[in-house]
Amino acid sequence: MIPPNYFLILSVVLFVLGAIAFFIKRDLITMFMSIEIMLNAANLAFITFARSANSPDGQIIVFFIITVAAAEAAVGLAIILLIFRQKKTIKSEDMKLMKG
Amino acid sequence: MTEIFWLIPFIPAASTLILAVFGKKLPKKYVSFQACLAVFASFVISAISAVGLLQTAHGNYPLVKNLFSWIQAGSFQVNLSLMFDPLSAVMALVVSGVGFIIHVYSIGYMADDEGYTRYFTYLNLFTFSMLILVMASNLILMFVGWEGVGLCSYLLIGFWFEKHSAANAGKKAFIVNRIGDTGFLLGILFIFIHIGSGEFTAINEAISGGAISVGLATLIAILLFVGATGKSAQIPLYVWLPDAMEGPTPVSALIHAATMVTAGVYMVCRMNLLYTLSETAAQVVALVGAITAVYAATMALTQNDIKRVLAYSTISQIGYMFIGCGVGAYAAGMFHLYTHAFFKSLLFLAAGSVMHALSGEINMKKMGGLRKYLPLTYPTFLIGAIAIAGVPFFSGFFSKDAILTRAFAQGQYSAFYYFIWGLGIMGAVLTALYMFRLIFLTFHGEERLDPEVKKHIHESPKIMTIPLVILAFFSVGAGYIGLPVVLGEKLNFFGKFLEPVIKEVQEVHLSIQTEWMLIAIAAVVAFLGIFIAYVFYIRSPLIPRNLATRFPTIYKLMFNKYYMDEIYNAVFVKPTIKGSEIIYDNFDLKVIDGAVNGAATATGFAGKILSYFQSGLIKDYALIFLLGVIIFLAYLLF
Amino acid sequence: MGYFLFFLLAALTVGAVLGMIISKNQAYNAIFLILAFACMGGLFALLEAPFIAVVQIIIYAGAIMVLFIFVIMMINVRSGIPAEKKKWIIYLSPVLAVVLIIELILSIKGAFTLPVSTAIIKAGPTDLGRLLFTKYLYHFEITSILIIAALVGAIVLIKKKEKE
Repeated sequence: MIPPNYFLILSVVLFVLGAIAFFIKRDLITMFMSIEIMLNAANLAFITFARSANSPDGQIIVFFIITVAAAEAAVGLAIILLIFRQKKTIKSEDMKLMKG
Repeated sequence: MTEIFWLIPFIPAASTLILAVFGKKLPKKYVSFQACLAVFASFVISAISAVGLLQTAHGNYPLVKNLFSWIQAGSFQVNLSLMFDPLSAVMALVVSGVGFIIHVYSIGYMADDEGYTRYFTYLNLFTFSMLILVMASNLILMFVGWEGVGLCSYLLIGFWFEKHSAANAGKKAFIVNRIGDTGFLLGILFIFIHIGSGEFTAINEAISGGAISVGLATLIAILLFVGATGKSAQIPLYVWLPDAMEGPTPVSALIHAATMVTAGVYMVCRMNLLYTLSETAAQVVALVGAITAVYAATMALTQNDIKRVLAYSTISQIGYMFIGCGVGAYAAGMFHLYTHAFFKSLLFLAAGSVMHALSGEINMKKMGGLRKYLPLTYPTFLIGAIAIAGVPFFSGFFSKDAILTRAFAQGQYSAFYYFIWGLGIMGAVLTALYMFRLIFLTFHGEERLDPEVKKHIHESPKIMTIPLVILAFFSVGAGYIGLPVVLGEKLNFFGKFLEPVIKEVQEVHLSIQTEWMLIAIAAVVAFLGIFIAYVFYIRSPLIPRNLATRFPTIYKLMFNKYYMDEIYNAVFVKPTIKGSEIIYDNFDLKVIDGAVNGAATATGFAGKILSYFQSGLIKDYALIFLLGVIIFLAYLLF
Repeated sequence: MGYFLFFLLAALTVGAVLGMIISKNQAYNAIFLILAFACMGGLFALLEAPFIAVVQIIIYAGAIMVLFIFVIMMINVRSGIPAEKKKWIIYLSPVLAVVLIIELILSIKGAFTLPVSTAIIKAGPTDLGRLLFTKYLYHFEITSILIIAALVGAIVLIKKKEKE
């Protein structure tokens, strides 16, 4: 039995890595991907707790998170496509319409 | 029946409201009809209430009606309550009665004026304020009326506001009044501090109960008197009254002869216990009154404007009223107020009639020999002049004599009062002199009329001359309700009527011979003045000119009103204006505007800085998000 | 044995994510991510959540990432986009990373002492399905509506342009 500590620490590390990736990257698609990483880190934490609490509820939650993440990815990518069609670029610095 | 007395001020008030709101749309005839009717209604109710007073037992004075509780701040309480006692009754009757006559006269005088409706609105407003002033049962409500009449004075003096001189005169009147009001307010303040209430009944109780020391009474009495000098145009705050002649003549008659300027006298009489307690204050009042009486009379001697002569005459006569109050003859002072109301307003209205006949001419040098053209105006004017000069059997004689007799009688205690009496006698000579100078210059002698004016000369319409006749009648007969005590105590109805209000005044007695002698002196003095005027202006018209050339400095002083206006201007007005300009430039523009503008600039600046944070980039927002989370977590953990 | 697997999978996951961060090519990023997800699936299996592990691999690594790759190919950026140029972000990030890790670990350290039950939880498809249709029915239905909304939304969004 692997103590849950390890998994939790791993989850934290992955989450932070995802957050940092979001800041470092400049193109939209990769930024989007880093969001998925963060979601996964959260999923890991949920599963860990599901095991230590000995209830499958945590897994159900993860199930839903995955579903919603899929839906979100679909719509998000559609929007990115549209942006690309408009601006011919996916550099995040160029999305400055809301300035000021 | 006296229960309805509280309606007296409110009928003109209602009329004012109606005229103010709907006046423009109402026909002219109705406007004047309503205005006059309102004042007449007040007069009728005053008369009924006064008669009711005569039948009420003395112990029930004064009748007070508390309308509502106006201010209540802890122990400071002021009520809107009116009272009716003999003193208020006299004033209310004078204000509404003479006011009504003048309203009627105005219908004729202001017939062609554009501001007809506005005029009657203001007149009614004035009547309302004055009635509040005389019927208030506490000092604060009286002050409300005091300010109200001051306001109406401003509005009516500057009635023809397009004329610069009129607008300035209105301002001058209001500002000079205000200066007096400072003293008045301070007096009220002291009364509240030491007595705790502004109600006259409470004040009188406190004074007779010994709650006020003589020193404090002196202070308060003098402060209140300062307010009176402003409102009643005595030295040093009289300078507004001559300029107030810029207003329409009926206004001068009502406000500046019969009613508003007498408010100071009313106030002193109302507070008579205070002045009786403090002999110093009473002497100050008498002295100021006496000096003003003579001082103003000298100025009246040299004026050429017919209305200004009457204005200075008013200042002088009010001085007499204050002499009366100052020597303890409060009833005599009020009596003179009452008779003066009749003959002075008669004189003003008659002067207005003369001006109307001469198409607006006011310079006496351009009149003369008018008696054959104005068959109704001349005799009424003459009656008024005789009354004011103090010729026996006319009303002015009885009132002036009452005052001077008392002054002489007080001389038994202190020579000061002989001095006052002396000034009074001198003033009487001058009064007769300047009044008959006016008569002779205007109605007698050679005609010095402008030919254009002569073409249009005409007697005034009946609506203007009938009031003159009525007033003339009263100028003769009004004095008979206050016959000298010499003829019998019982005949002094006026004094008896006012007895319950005037309390604790020492009785002074003179021997009968002395009293008759004084009456004789008063009569002689009046005739002396008339005789001198006759000599100067009819028999040898060159004498005045010679006197003027022989004593040029004195003449110049008198003619230029002793340069008081110029002195005031240099000492008070100019420095104040300069001071306020300096403050405006340095403080108002720089500090206050700077602060306000600075706040706006600072806000804009802050906004600009904050807008740097909104770059529109998701990453920056996310960064701040993250930082926020970190800080929040740190806060939670530590 | 379990530990060995764990460390292997963990290292692979972290390595994949790091590779994703470092790489400039978007296609490479996507591939790294697929690797990361696969390892995550393994980790889930290690945590006695077999169903979820498979779901993860099928949906995340299979469907979502394929979607990503399609979009990457459609956008077809020739030159790779380099990572952040601004220096201060490059220096700030490790600092922030460390800070955040420390904070988060501190936040959840209360969970470290949780007792771990040795019983094997029933987490197979039947068990989860039973839960899904009884206790979490509501959430299930709403999520399905959400998916339909996303579906329709995505199509509408893309279709707009084509009409012109």
